[in-house]
Amino acid sequence: MQLGIDLGSRTIKVVVVKDGVLIDHAVAESGFEPHVQSRELIARFTPSRIIATGYGRHMAHKHFADEVITEIKAHALGARHFFPECRTILDVGGQDSKVIALTQEGRVATFQMNDKCAAGTGRFLEMMAATLGFFLDEFGAAAAQSDQDVPINSMCAVFAESEVISLKNRGVPVQDIARAIHISVVDRLAGMLQKVGYVDQVIFTGGVANNFFVVEALARKLGVSVLVPSIPTITGALGAALHTGGKCQAGI
Amino acid sequence: MDAEQFMVKSDQELWTRLNMDVERFKNMPPMLTQAYTNIFLNQKNRPKGMSYFNDCVANIHTGRIDELMAAKGEGKPVVGTFCVYVPEELVVAAGGICVGLCGGAQGSIADAEKILPRNICPMVKSAFGFKVGGICPYFQAVDFVYGETTCDAKKKTWELLDAYVPTHVMEIPQRKGARDKALWLEEVKEFKTAVEKVTGNQTGHDEIAGAIRLINDKRRALQRLNTLRHHNPAPISGLDMLLIEQIAFYDEPGRFAGKVNELCDELEKRIKSGSSVAPATTPRIMVSGTPMALPNWKLHNIIEKSGAIVVNEESCIGTRYYKDLIDESSTTVESQLERLTDRYMQIDCSCFTPNNERMSQVVKEYRESGAQGIIDYCLQFCHTYNIEAVKLRQVCEKEGIPFLAIESDYSPEDVGQLQTRIEAFIEQIQG
Repeated sequence: MQLGIDLGSRTIKVVVVKDGVLIDHAVAESGFEPHVQSRELIARFTPSRIIATGYGRHMAHKHFADEVITEIKAHALGARHFFPECRTILDVGGQDSKVIALTQEGRVATFQMNDKCAAGTGRFLEMMAATLGFFLDEFGAAAAQSDQDVPINSMCAVFAESEVISLKNRGVPVQDIARAIHISVVDRLAGMLQKVGYVDQVIFTGGVANNFFVVEALARKLGVSVLVPSIPTITGALGAALHTGGKCQAGI
Repeated sequence: MDAEQFMVKSDQELWTRLNMDVERFKNMPPMLTQAYTNIFLNQKNRPKGMSYFNDCVANIHTGRIDELMAAKGEGKPVVGTFCVYVPEELVVAAGGICVGLCGGAQGSIADAEKILPRNICPMVKSAFGFKVGGICPYFQAVDFVYGETTCDAKKKTWELLDAYVPTHVMEIPQRKGARDKALWLEEVKEFKTAVEKVTGNQTGHDEIAGAIRLINDKRRALQRLNTLRHHNPAPISGLDMLLIEQIAFYDEPGRFAGKVNELCDELEKRIKSGSSVAPATTPRIMVSGTPMALPNWKLHNIIEKSGAIVVNEESCIGTRYYKDLIDESSTTVESQLERLTDRYMQIDCSCFTPNNERMSQVVKEYRESGAQGIIDYCLQFCHTYNIEAVKLRQVCEKEGIPFLAIESDYSPEDVGQLQTRIEAFIEQIQG
């Protein structure tokens, strides 16, 4: 039994795998002390090996994990578990968005991540939802109520917030602004995908894949099918749990 | 040198004489001591010959400055430069000293941003900030600065810098045709006259020949070192190589070349005996792109802490500085200046268009260094290198070279993200 743990910026995800089959998973907020939170989360399992990924992977390695792999590799492994043929993965989490291109055999061919900037990430959607007074899980539905094109020009989360505030103050309905925000995120993600290149279908993972409006708008924009695993948030943790490498990170 | 013994030295009396902001600057040596200890001295199995370069860092704000001040006392001018295009041979021929000025620290950015716009190159901001903040002894010691027109941020900043320190500008052509070469030759001649005016010395054939030999020797020593470091398993780390490439810009050239050659002798022995800093299975990465001015060790540090080794720097502070030599056989000054111009026109900076030579140079260095992937490093807002990375990626795809482009500045805030990308790139090349 192997345990994969993905220590993300917003949540910690745990997946337990036995003989290549997902048998259990758990998710918790990262909190202020992610390694304490992680320990509580893994306490109820008795894995033979723990593999950590995500932003907190090295801290996990220091405290309890046997091995670390990057989110890139973890998502590649996790996505292939659900979609064994897939070649293109889009992962949008709390603070990162990334596009991963795989070879036919499933090796990472190339990848691209957002620059040091929150635009096009889950955090951006979260901030914007709060600015407009929505809960995050109702934000996509709010956007779906509008069919108006309102452009949001700003690439920067901070400036986009002031742009949104000025739209509100011009009397633009919140649903229209919600839609505009979603479209700006979709445009950015589509741009990343176009830069890396995509084949046939795009596998969409990470927390933002729970937002149906982003998924549908992206599929429309790219003209391909965008497929989401049943629990998109745990893809990285699943990939970590499935990892059977043995290469350990050691500084020279 | 033991980590406990190492300390970047202080000399408040010297700094006061140089009219520096001593209250602020006195915190710099302890900070540098700590950073250097963590990044360099904790490396395993460093070559013994690195102790000289440790000393160079320990004396960076004191001993070397004393040397510069002593030379000034003898009437030799000290000239600050920023770019590999400024022909240091002519400064040396006229009896002057050339020092590359610092521009690789986050600490002076805030000083610069009081005056300069925020969204320009961090190297230009850092350098400008060092002068206006009075927190760089080299900037305080120089009589003149020679700038060039390689990019918009630099050429417009020189206009402002001139109010703080006399700044002479050389015009770098943007293409490599006959007309452009003629322009550059004129600029070189004008530079020679300007330097002579400062030094008060006329430079003839013999002085120029001596200077060309001296600087060629320095470049030859660096070439030799770079060839040795390509060996697998690596006899020296990428961080140590980068440090030496950085010190090449401010140390006394003759002594420096001697010490680099001594280190090369040691590395040859290491290679024979199989002594290395990392096992032969260590993933080998070549860095290309924009310069890493002192004390910018950010990328190398992340790469080598992630379990890979840097085996080549295709960069201004790297091979671009030493790959080309000046023909030493000229018998007249006119011919010397032409050969010098030839050499400088071979530099493949992205400020040129087109710059296809660089594409083949990158591939050549990749093959020679036995690298397994290229990380292209672009300073934020460096448009020419940033755009050229698009072409470089296409070339690498065609050649089957794993390629990762990174854009960053000196702030620590993106270290986590860079680490993820670099580790993923290492996983990618390991397969």
